[in-house]
This record gives sequence, C-alpha cells and structure tokens, in this order.
Amino acid sequence: MNKHLLSINDVSAEDVVRILDTAESFREVGTRVIKKVPALRGRTVVNLFYENSTRTRISFELAAKRLSADVINFSTSGSSVAKGESLKDTALTLQAMGADAIVIRHSSSGSPYTLTKWVRGSVLNAGDGTHEHPTQALLDLYTIREKVGRFEGLRAAIVGDVLHSRVARSLSFGLVKMGADVTLVGPPTLIPPDAPAWGVQVSHDIDGVLPKLDVCYMLRVQRERQRQQYFPSVREYSRLFGLTRERVGMLPEGCLIMHPGPMNRGVEIESDVADLPQAVIEEQVTNGIAVRMSLLYLMLGGSSERSGDE
Amino acid sequence: MKSGRLLDAGEIRRAVTRIAHEILERNKGAGGLVLVGISARGDDLARRLAVEIERIEGAKLSVGVLDITFYRDDIGMRAEAPEVHETRIDFDITGKTVVLVDDVLFTGRTIRAAMDALVDFGRPISMLLAVLVDRGHRELPIRADFVGKNVPTRKDESVRVALEEVDGEDAVYVEEPGPGAERRVGREKNE
Amino acid sequence: MSERTLFRGARVVDPASGRDGVADVLVSDGAIAAVGEEAPSRGASVFGCEGLILAPGLVDLHAHLREPGREDKETVETGSRAAAVGGYTAVAAMANTDPVADNTAVIEEVRSLAARAGLCDVLPVGAITKDLAGEEMAELGEMAHAGVRIFSDDGRCVSTSRVLRNALRYARAFDVVIAEHCEDASLAEGAQMHEGLHSHTLGLAGAPPEAEEIIVFRDLSLARETGGRLHLCHLSAAGSVELVRRAKAAGVRVTAEVTPHHLVFTAEDLVTYDTNYKVNPPLRTQEDREALRAAVADGTIDAIATDHAPHAVEEKEAEFDQSPPGTIGLETALAAVLTHLVEPGILSLPRAIEAMSTAPARILGPAGQGGPIEPGRPANLVVFDPAMAWVVEPPFASKSRNSAFLGTTLRGKVIHTMYRGDLVVADRKAQR
Repeated sequence: MNKHLLSINDVSAEDVVRILDTAESFREVGTRVIKKVPALRGRTVVNLFYENSTRTRISFELAAKRLSADVINFSTSGSSVAKGESLKDTALTLQAMGADAIVIRHSSSGSPYTLTKWVRGSVLNAGDGTHEHPTQALLDLYTIREKVGRFEGLRAAIVGDVLHSRVARSLSFGLVKMGADVTLVGPPTLIPPDAPAWGVQVSHDIDGVLPKLDVCYMLRVQRERQRQQYFPSVREYSRLFGLTRERVGMLPEGCLIMHPGPMNRGVEIESDVADLPQAVIEEQVTNGIAVRMSLLYLMLGGSSERSGDE
Repeated sequence: MKSGRLLDAGEIRRAVTRIAHEILERNKGAGGLVLVGISARGDDLARRLAVEIERIEGAKLSVGVLDITFYRDDIGMRAEAPEVHETRIDFDITGKTVVLVDDVLFTGRTIRAAMDALVDFGRPISMLLAVLVDRGHRELPIRADFVGKNVPTRKDESVRVALEEVDGEDAVYVEEPGPGAERRVGREKNE
Repeated sequence: MSERTLFRGARVVDPASGRDGVADVLVSDGAIAAVGEEAPSRGASVFGCEGLILAPGLVDLHAHLREPGREDKETVETGSRAAAVGGYTAVAAMANTDPVADNTAVIEEVRSLAARAGLCDVLPVGAITKDLAGEEMAELGEMAHAGVRIFSDDGRCVSTSRVLRNALRYARAFDVVIAEHCEDASLAEGAQMHEGLHSHTLGLAGAPPEAEEIIVFRDLSLARETGGRLHLCHLSAAGSVELVRRAKAAGVRVTAEVTPHHLVFTAEDLVTYDTNYKVNPPLRTQEDREALRAAVADGTIDAIATDHAPHAVEEKEAEFDQSPPGTIGLETALAAVLTHLVEPGILSLPRAIEAMSTAPARILGPAGQGGPIEPGRPANLVVFDPAMAWVVEPPFASKSRNSAFLGTTLRGKVIHTMYRGDLVVADRKAQR
C-alpha cells in the first residue's frame, strides 16, 4: 500500500478489497469484551484537525487506540493551531514528536499534499477542503459491500452539491474504480461540467434516475450555497432534488439510502426519510472505526525505514 | 527443494485420535473444555479433535478460531503489514479450560501471541496446548501438553502441514531450503 | 569608462538590424565601436565567444521588484541583479508597490535605487488609477513628463470601462502605453487556478478563460474607439489570442505579451498542489498553450515578458489557497524559451530574441535598448551559451525562490551581460 492516503486514487481496486477484508477482522475486535489489540503498540498517531469534526476525529481516535497506538489530538480549539501557527511549523513539531501517522482534516484543498513535504510519517487525509475524503469513501464502500454484496455493475446515484463535496469526489472515484455505474444528480450549477471525464454520468432529473438504483447517496447541501446563488431558493432545491417520502417510494426494493452526515433535514432529505430502515446512515458511523483501524494497520503495520529479518 | 514426508494420512488420523484421548484423560472428562484452533490449519485440527471427542465421550465441545496476526511480535518488520484472517470465538472462555490447537510448534512465538490474544477474550481457568508436530528450536519458554509427533529438524528446514480441508490431502512434509532460499517462516505465522 | 571590450567569434543575432551570423563586437566607452570581421583587439579585454550567441540585452516589459513596500521579497537592487544574471539590461517595474507608484515621488525613488545599483535600466511603470483603486486617473501627464512610458494597474484590472476609456484617450497626448491586466473580477472571484477538469478534480475554485477574454474584448473595443495605445499583459487563453489577431488585422494599436511559464506549463501541472505553479492568470490547457506558442511565432503576441513575481518563502509554503500567486522569472526566462521553444523548433532563435529584446524595446520607446548592435549605440548586450545545461535551484540572485521551474533542468546559460558598456555579469557570475 501507498505510504500516504491523500486521495482515493492512491489505492488500487485490489487495495480496496484488502482494506475492506481487513476491516472485517477489526469489526470482530469491536465485538470483544476487550476491544483492543496490540498491533500498533508504541506507534504514535496524531489527529491534526483544523476543522471541527467531532464524529470523524473520535472515529480516528478510537481506531488508533484500539490498535494500542498512542494518540495525540491537535484541534482548532485550544492549541497552537488556533494561535495561527503555520502548517509547516506544526508539521515540524509533530515530526519532532515522532508521529508515525498524521491524520489531517483541513479546510484548504491540497493541504495533506503540502504536509507530506515536511513529515516522515504517513499522512492520512481526513477531508481537505472540497477535494477528497478518502476514508469516508472507504467506509461507504464497506457499508455497500456489506449490504449489497457487490460493486460490479452496481447502480449508484450521488445527489446534491457535487461541486463542493469532497465526499462526492472520493466516492465517485472509488465506486468507478470498483466497477460500479455512477450517476451524479443535481442542478447544473452544482455538477462540474467535466464530470464525465471521471467515468460517471450526469443527470439533472432525479425522478428519472431513482427507479433504477441500488444505492442512493444524498449529499449535504449547505444553505450557504443559496446565498452564493447556485440555486434560487432552498424551497426550489428541495422540491427538485430533495429526497422526499414520495421519492423514496420510487426507489427499487432494497435500495440503500446513504448520507455522509450531518444531515440538513428538510433540505436534501426529508426528516422522516432519514429514519427509515433502508437509510443506513447510523451504520455508516459504526463501520467507520473498523475501516479506519484497517487503514492504520495496513499503512503502519509494514516497515517504514526498518528492515526486518524475515 | 528436497522434500521428505514425515507423516501420512493414517499417522495423522491416529495422532488426532490419541491426542483426543489424552485430553480427556488429563481433564478427567469433557467438562469445562473448549477448543481454540490457531488460524490457519490449527482450526481445522481443532474441529477434528472436537469430532473425535464427541465420538469418544459424546460431548459436543465449542470450537473457536483465532487469528493471531494482531498480536505478532514482528509487526512493522516486514515490508507489508501481515495479512489478517478470521477470528471467531463466540463463546465465553472465562472459567473454562482452553485447549489451544496448532499444527506446528516451532519457536513458540505464535503460541505466545495466541495466549496474549486469549486473555483479551476472558480469563480461562487454565490453558493447554495441543500440536500435531513439535519440531524443536524454541525461542521462548513454551511447551506443548499434547504432541502428535516430535520431529527434530534443522532450523533452516521448513515443515509443511497439508490438511484435507485446505490442501486436499493429509500429510506432513519437511523441506530443505533450496540454494539461496530464505528461511521460510510458514504461512504468515511466526512459529 | 574608457574601457574596451572585444567579444570575438560569437553568432550575433540582432533582429533590429537583421544580422544573424558570426561577427566580432568591439565595445568602447560604453558604446558599440565596431561590428564585423576581425575587429581590432588592441587594448581591449578579449572574450572568446565561439559557439556562443551575442544578442542585444534582453528587455522585460513586466516585472515586480517589490520596492518600496515589500523589501523582504525583493528590492530594486536584488531584482536588478536577477535581471542581469538572466541577461536583461532593462526591466519595467510594475506600479503595485507600497506606496503605489501613482506619483512622481515613487517613480523617482525607484529610478534612483536602480541608478545606485547600476546593474540594468529599471523603467518604472506608473499606475493608471490612483492607488490602483480603478476609480480616478492618476497624474499620467506628470509621470509621462518624468519619463514614464507605460502605465498599468497590473495586479488589478481597471474594471470600470469608463475609467479605462478615459485613460486611453487622455494618454494619447503623451504617446504612452496603457497596459492592462485583463481579468473580470466577478468571474475570477476566489479562483486558485484555471477552471476545468483539473480544478474540479483537485477541489480548487477556478477562473474560466472567459474571465480574461471578456476584458480583452472590452479593452480592444475601447482601444479601437479611442485610438489609444493598448498593451495586454500576460495573456493566457487561446480566445484572447484570437481577439488580438483580429484587432491587429483591423488596425487597432495593440501589443501583447506572454510569460515563459504560460508557454511551458499547463493546469495539469498543479496536481501536486505545488504553489510554484499558482499564478495569475492561471496556467490553462494544452490548447491554450499551443495557441500562445503559435501567436508568439507569428507575431500576434509581440513580446515575452517575465511577470517576475517574488514571494516570501513562508507565503509560498502556506496552504495552496492561502498562498499568493506568482513565480519569479528573470533568471530563467531565456533558458526556458531556448529549451522549450527554440530547441523543439517552435520559435526560431532570431524570433525569440526579437520577442525578448527588440519588440519590448520598441513598445517602451527609445531607451538605447533592444538593438540594433551598431556603432554608436549604447552597449547593452548579452552573451549566452544556448546548450549549457543547468538545474534551476537556489541560490538565486533574486531574494525569493518561488520559481515554477524549480528543480527542472534548462539549457541556455547567460555567460556575460554588458550594461551600457559595463560587464555586470562575467563568466556566469554577477560582478557586484
């Protein structure tokens, strides 16, 4: 496996299978009384979170701790990061602390790439600006594989603000890599015109797409985008592209409804839809820890500089 | 690579039967016994032992499979993180007598890892170790309670166990290393 | 200085006189004394130049020397030295300093700093509008009388059409050039790179080529209508090139420039988020690059200008979207053009020299630059080895090191630069 996970394109289809298979074993660890294995004992994992994200940070923290690694949390509240220390200086400090892996979430696209210039350890992208969120894509792939069992020929739609969504990018690239059929759905202002070059289809008519789906993935649409005039009103957006009760009725039997969270109930998804059984949103969270443990194990479980005796 | 067969199918069958008897004798019956086989092949052997014990004593024992990869002492020393296989122990081991089952006992490191893994699952009353082949060259203070066959080997030789369930035949082979071959450490276990 | 210098046996490429052939060049008292076969060498320092090219000193229409205001990034002195090392004997210094060069005081200060450094001519560019705010015209007349030949708000675009129109008309009285940075603010808002497949894949806001083309169209229309002299800075898009071609055919008084980095790199080079490729206007597509190259070859684009834009190391090491756009270019421009355009046969060597010396000098007006290399003319010369390979890496003569060419190997090295008869760069080293 690649030393860093900056984009879902850093892993091959074989790597994805390996990551998901290994995550199975880690899910089993989560069912034990002692939910801990010594696999990464003595390693240091740093969570460098410039954006507040309780959910993702805790997921990574638990993942590292269950592997017996030491965890250091740098978050925007209450560290030098808040005082405006440059990314480079923070990186050099972490390097001096001997971080084996740095999990970074940042609002600037590309900052994980920049980070790799200054640290020797592995860098994991936990979300950078509007670029990518590869671990989210992997855990979504895990959930899909678990529920549906396959990727080849799987019909998936990703609905909403694709333009500003790092989750949409990573998941599209990941699904296409695994042989799925991906359609991006949303208003023309929120779907990049070059998207077909990613190997996906584009549609602006959600009702035409829904009846032929195995997975319906709803993206979060921020109200901010209305202020920036990507669509005229929230009301019009939810009328044209929101997942309403009626639209759920149009989905085939067994179609999964997914959302990366947190939801804007009433905008992209109607409140009671999120609580339906086909909506596997909560499970996406649980699987996150196992997938992240799998990633940390596969990325740190091999030798970096050390040469071993075989 | 030169290869010699140490055990054939018949010898393996008799060894399993004898070990089953020895376990029951030692434990004075089947009470409180559970079997945990170390993946890979240790679990197949454990299942065979369970079948034998049921035949002899009429008791149906719980069998679990344990993958010790996460407990290895050499993580981070190989180029790639070692591949993980299934662990399934869906019964409580606290208060039980756990018989660990493995195919080959070599350096003892696998058993050390298995013991560390098991104590994370609960607190057994005691642990016993049953192996098909003990090939010597212990690097840790570990010994087997039940042994199918003691086979002295050179450290650079490799012992390969084939089981019907996995390999289509029952046999144990010893293989000399070919010219320039590295010491085989078995299938992803540290022995 | 009653010094005599003889450059012996170089291939003299001088578009202004049409010369392209081996000749000796004798310099005496700051001026060209003789050009031709076997010039007398009595009392002269002789430099053997077999295999080398001798050309008129390069002239840069567009550089940011950052002084006054950001002397941490560059000063007139260090910028001049970078220019000399790169073979330039004249550099136009853009007005977006702090304070802005919208009055003669700043102009005079820049000029005197340059004179003190004495490494090349620095021609201060005056701002079009006061404080670059795009609202009120700066005192163009006074600055023109102080010798300013080009006015530009570069860094910014004059967004109010009426203001640009007035400036173009007013400037006619002084026969000066209005140079525009063409960028529609609302289309380019928040842009980090060219808008296209790569910006969408990288998750970076992008500016479409229309952000430039719309303003190019507007400015050409106003230039035609007013009869003023318009110069278009750092063109980046094929559409802009096409508009300029048609305008020139229609007789509009327009000239245009392009940077070496726009002739070499494209948006695809940004996949690693390397801020040295973050420039404004952004690097665009292969089609745009091909159009720009063809335009230099056929003269639609008159000049190659560096847009030398130094930035502090920590600024360029920040997150991509926090990093200011710009690349330094004075020291690499000639080599970049030789390696990527002349060597593959896209530009002939004489055309390249014309684009980097003769044409810019013509746009700037009489200044003793750009050739012709003829007796009596000031000796502003560059001698370079077109084949010598070198790796672009620090230390640079510039104070900054944000080069788009960093780490690459280029072929073409300046050996000597002579500024008004003074050898400011000899044997590849700055003399002071």
